Amino acid sequence: MRTVLTLHGVNLSFGPVAALRDVNLRVDAGERVALVGSNGSGKSSLLRLMHGLKAPGAGCFVCHASVRQAMVFQRPFMLRTSVQNNVALGLWLDGVRWHTARAQALRALARVDMAELAGRNARALSGGQQQRVALARAWARQPDLWLLDEPTASLDPHAKREVEALMADFARGSPQRPMTMVFASHNLGQVKRLASRVVYLEHGRVLADLPVGDFFNAERLQAVSAAACLFVKGELA
Amino acid sequence: MSTFTQSAVTALDLITSGDPALWTIVGRSLAVSATACLLACGLGLVLGSWLGVARFRGRGVCLTLLNTMLAVPSVVVGLVVYLLLSRSGLFGAWGWLFSFKAMVVAQALLVLPVVTALTRQVVEDAEHGHGEQLRSLGAGTLLRSVMLAWDERFALLTVLIAAFGRAVSEVGAVMIVGGNIDGFTRVMTTAIALETSKGDLPLALGLGLVLLSVVLLLNSLIALVRGWRQRVEGGSFAGPAGAAA
Repeated sequence: MRTVLTLHGVNLSFGPVAALRDVNLRVDAGERVALVGSNGSGKSSLLRLMHGLKAPGAGCFVCHASVRQAMVFQRPFMLRTSVQNNVALGLWLDGVRWHTARAQALRALARVDMAELAGRNARALSGGQQQRVALARAWARQPDLWLLDEPTASLDPHAKREVEALMADFARGSPQRPMTMVFASHNLGQVKRLASRVVYLEHGRVLADLPVGDFFNAERLQAVSAAACLFVKGELA
Repeated sequence: MSTFTQSAVTALDLITSGDPALWTIVGRSLAVSATACLLACGLGLVLGSWLGVARFRGRGVCLTLLNTMLAVPSVVVGLVVYLLLSRSGLFGAWGWLFSFKAMVVAQALLVLPVVTALTRQVVEDAEHGHGEQLRSLGAGTLLRSVMLAWDERFALLTVLIAAFGRAVSEVGAVMIVGGNIDGFTRVMTTAIALETSKGDLPLALGLGLVLLSVVLLLNSLIALVRGWRQRVEGGSFAGPAGAAA
C-alpha cells in the first residue's frame, strides 16, 4: 500500500510550549486515522504540520508532492461573498479558470445538498451549513488526503450527523482513487464509526497507535497505554 | 440680540441663501480633501494590506515608524511639503506651491499614515483569524492581503471615511502650502481661522457649521455601514474578523 505521509521524530514548539514531541507516524493510502486526546494534546498541531501550515522544529516529515491535500477546520472561514464563490475560490487558487471553478463549485454543492443556497451570502449561513460548504470546498479540489480538525465539534446533533455522513461518504473514495483521511475528534462514537485506526496523543506524544477494533478493546488498550485506557473510559462514561 | 446670536443668524442665512463665497470655499475644501484621500487610499490600502500579512525582518521597526507618523502634526507635514515645493526645493520647478495641487499633496501625505496604519490593523486582525485557512487553500502573502482587505471592505470603508474626516478638518498643512489665497487656495479651515481673527464671525460660523455637518455626516455614514453589516451577517458564527479559528 502506498505511503501518503511519514513523520520521524518530529518535534514542534510554540515558544516554550512543546506541542509535539518525538512523533513517529506513517499514514498509508486509504486509511482513516482518528487523532484523539484531551485538549492541548497536540491533535490540531499535528494536523497543521501534516498540512504544511507549520514546520517541524526537529525531525523529519515527508509527504509526497503528488498527494493533493485539503483541510477542513473546526470553524470554517467564509469570505463575504456567495456560497458558490466560496467553494470556487479553492479551485481558482488551484489554477482552475474562474468560470470553470464556479461550475465545478455548483456540482460540489449539489454533492453536499447545498446547491439551492449557492447564491446566498456564506456568512449568513448556520454553522452546520457553513461546515457543509467547507466540505464541498475541500471535496471540489479532489484531494487524495483529507485533514479534518474536529469538524463537528461546534455543531448541534442534527448538523453533526449530516456532516459525519458526508465525511463517511467522501472517505469511501473509489477503488481507483482511495481517499485517505486523518481527523481529530473528541467524539469517540464518531471515531468508532469512521476510523480504521486510532492514534492517541497526550502532551504532544503518541502513546497509542492501534486499529480501531483494538483501541476500543479495553484489555488490548490497557496493554499498550494505561493513559489511553483511562481517557477512553472517561470519555465513554 | 447678542453678537453671537446675530452672527449665528447671519451664518445660517449665508448657508441657506447659497452664498457664493461660502459655498465656493466649501466646494474647494471637499475637492482638495477628496482628491487627497483618493491618492492616499490608493497607496495606503495596498501598503497597509500587505503589511498586515507580510512577515519580514524589520517589520517591527516599520510599524513603529508608521505609528509615529500617525502623530505627526499637520504643520510639520505642511512645512516639509513647503520646503520640497519652494523655489529652492527639490520640486520647486513644478511651481506647485500655493496651489490646489500643493494642498492635495500635503493632505495626502498627512492622511497616508492614517490609512496605512488602520488598514494594517484591520487586515492583520483578519489574518490572525482566517489567514491559516486561506493558506490552506493555497493563497500566498500578496493574494491573502488582497483577499482579506476585500473581505474586510466594510471596515476599510470606515477607515476611508475617517481619513477623509481627518483631511477635511486639518488646517496647518493647507495654511502653509496653500497660503489661504482668496478665491484660489482658501478652504473651510483656513477661512475659519482668518475670518475669526478678523472678527468676521458670520462667515466663520457658517463655515464651521458646514464643517461640523460634514463630520457629522461622515460619522453617520460609518454608523450606517456598521449597522447594515450587522443586519446582513446576523448571527453567523463566522462573525467579525478575528473571532473564529
